[in-house]
Amino acid sequence: MKKKMSMRLTAALGALALVAAACGGGVDFEAGDLGAVTVEDGESIQIRSLQVITGPDATLGIPEERAVRLAVADFGQIFGHDVEVGTGLDDLCSADGGQAAAQTIVADDQVVGVIGTSCSGAATAAMPLISQDGMVMISGSNTSPALTSDLQGTAGSDYHEGYYRTAHNDLIQGAAAANFMFRELGLANVALIHDGDPYTQGLTSAFQAAFEALGGTITVHTSIPKGTTDAAPVLTEVAGTNPEGVFMPIFIAEATAIAQQKGNVAGLEEVTFMGADGILSPAFIEEVPESAGFYFSGPDLRFGENTNEATDVNAAGFLAAYDAEYNEAPTAPFWAHAYDATTMLLMAIKAVAVEDGDRLHIDRRALRDELDKISGFSGIIGTINCDDFGDCGAAKITVIHNVDNVYSNATENVVFSYVPEG
Amino acid sequence: MDRVFRVCCPAVVAETSTQNARTRRFRFNWVDSFLWFIRISAIIAIVVGLTGTIQNFLDGQGPTVEQWRDLFVSSISTGAMYGLVALGYSMVYGVLGFINFAHGEVFMSGIMVGWIAAMLLFENGLWDANPFISLAIVLLVAMFTSTLIAVLTEKIAYRPLRGSPRLIPLITSIGVSFFLQYAFAGLFGVGLQTYPAPPGILSEDINVFGVPIEGTKLLVIAVAILAMVALWYFVTKTKTGRAMRAVAEDKEIAGLMGINVDRTIVTTFAVGGAMAGVGGLLWALLFRNVQFITGFLPGIKAFTAAVLGGIGNLPGAMLGGVFLGLFEGMGPLLVLDGLGIPAVSQLKDAVAFSALILVLIFRPTGLLGERLGSEDRA
Repeated sequence: MKKKMSMRLTAALGALALVAAACGGGVDFEAGDLGAVTVEDGESIQIRSLQVITGPDATLGIPEERAVRLAVADFGQIFGHDVEVGTGLDDLCSADGGQAAAQTIVADDQVVGVIGTSCSGAATAAMPLISQDGMVMISGSNTSPALTSDLQGTAGSDYHEGYYRTAHNDLIQGAAAANFMFRELGLANVALIHDGDPYTQGLTSAFQAAFEALGGTITVHTSIPKGTTDAAPVLTEVAGTNPEGVFMPIFIAEATAIAQQKGNVAGLEEVTFMGADGILSPAFIEEVPESAGFYFSGPDLRFGENTNEATDVNAAGFLAAYDAEYNEAPTAPFWAHAYDATTMLLMAIKAVAVEDGDRLHIDRRALRDELDKISGFSGIIGTINCDDFGDCGAAKITVIHNVDNVYSNATENVVFSYVPEG
Repeated sequence: MDRVFRVCCPAVVAETSTQNARTRRFRFNWVDSFLWFIRISAIIAIVVGLTGTIQNFLDGQGPTVEQWRDLFVSSISTGAMYGLVALGYSMVYGVLGFINFAHGEVFMSGIMVGWIAAMLLFENGLWDANPFISLAIVLLVAMFTSTLIAVLTEKIAYRPLRGSPRLIPLITSIGVSFFLQYAFAGLFGVGLQTYPAPPGILSEDINVFGVPIEGTKLLVIAVAILAMVALWYFVTKTKTGRAMRAVAEDKEIAGLMGINVDRTIVTTFAVGGAMAGVGGLLWALLFRNVQFITGFLPGIKAFTAAVLGGIGNLPGAMLGGVFLGLFEGMGPLLVLDGLGIPAVSQLKDAVAFSALILVLIFRPTGLLGERLGSEDRA
């Protein structure tokens, strides 16, 4: 009896489904295991921007959010549907901020994908939620190795499916900085300062591994917690170990304290200081005169004539549009990465979207598969190839030298470039 | 606690008190021996850490004599700054019996507005041409702002709550603190504002009895001592100061004696605010950067300093500040490094707050505190 009932029910449902399909224009769309987003007629495709847009690190995230908006505008409609970014969300450059924003994002099941976060620390907390909900996230400036892989085929501790990035993996940046300090500057004893954040800690660890492999010595691997204003204790700790160089891939507030106070600590007069892409910003290079003499590792910013194949925009065109829209130059180097990340997402959406009359179906599994397949995509940052763990960025790292506290001069003053072997 | 129980439900109190009587002797011993265990292990840890550090020093590892000296001076000057802010906590507590958590923001407001003055002076060239006059102007601006904010807070937020239970102004002060933080975030933006570098004459070393000390730090310590002496004179020798002490002793009786209690309380807030303003100038000289959340952590540290020195006691607040500065500045390298703990500087704040706990275990009333009657306990 029961079996008969269920059979009849199945038959009825099947008939209903057939009718529905017929009425819907006859497209046979079946959602994959992660579900699908259906964009109704006249509605927009929803993506989100999740960057650090307040606090001292906002100089990093604001240009990224603006790049997302400019990319969406340049890309135009997808099958007659607008793309909507909505209000820019804030990752606060912290795990708390990333998690809170991710909760807001996953609460809206129309969202297809996210461009963000700015900070690796925020991504580690945001990604579990975003991944579990079937969405994708592409970051323009996360660089922590934990978020993707060790580049040897082992997933990082914070890797989640659906995560991609156009920024480099810090294993490469760490190796580049280590090679520069050991081989180019000839320093054998280097002290490391991180701030407890996954980005900074990942980078100092990568540096340590590479530097020790080259034969150098790490005199001390210490930390200046976020929010510290008195740098004298940490600088004394560092000075006590007699390093020839200090590598401090931290953020602007703490780096400012270190730069300003290092002159008051005896024994640091001759020490070479080097930072990374977290402080590669006019807010540090121009606003803090004591940053003169600092070296910075970071992505190769000489974009030249590289053109984004989806929108036909190159760096010069982007910067002109940015200036016209916001009346200033970008305050951090990752605008190009965020721009390319956004066009990658929009291209992939366009490739997998199924037109169903005036409606649009976007299958979440198909979107991930499409992003996994990206290879040879030409962006402003260069050629983009995604590996199995979401690392899509160009692998070239350059080191620049700040001589005169002028940001544009500093970014042109490339003293070393590094591409991993093999 | 006991009193509340006694009012509401005598039966329960009777039961628990007999139970207490039965178990008191045993429990008391247990807690007491646990405290002794902590005391002894703290002493052992400190001695072992110190020995380790001295051993390292003799082996030629770690900071040199010069570096230790610089760290000592910078810790003392940071501590002096904490001390000035701590005075505000201590004075308000002495008079009104609650902790004014917005005091950290009163301190921040002085630094913020002082920054505008400093930038104007710097652009005019006066900052380098006439450093001491410039610093005096910034000091006045900072003191004025902090005093104004402190007095306004008292008038708007605390006076309507006079006479209500102490927890109510305490929670209000947390609200005021958030209000001020985000008001300043709205006015000044959320980024760092940086003071111009101290004028050249201050960044040179000055010889004090043959020991070269950085000019800025010397100035910070000198200003802190001057402010403290002025405050001490004000509180002990002037009529208003005497009125303040009378109000702290007993508000009602002081009122009966013809003291205008409300005005005295406003004066207390004003003086506390002025001291926070002086502290703000010292912050600007030492760390140069200010942001809307700048007041938070130093506020907590200054509160800690006030408790460390014995809350309600003014010389205690200053002494507590200096001790706290020394603990957090030197503690990690001096003790933890000797214990073989890696990356000790990140434990700076942990050391500062552990120091508070240790001092309170050894001396529950703080360094200079007196045993308070049950009436005065918050």
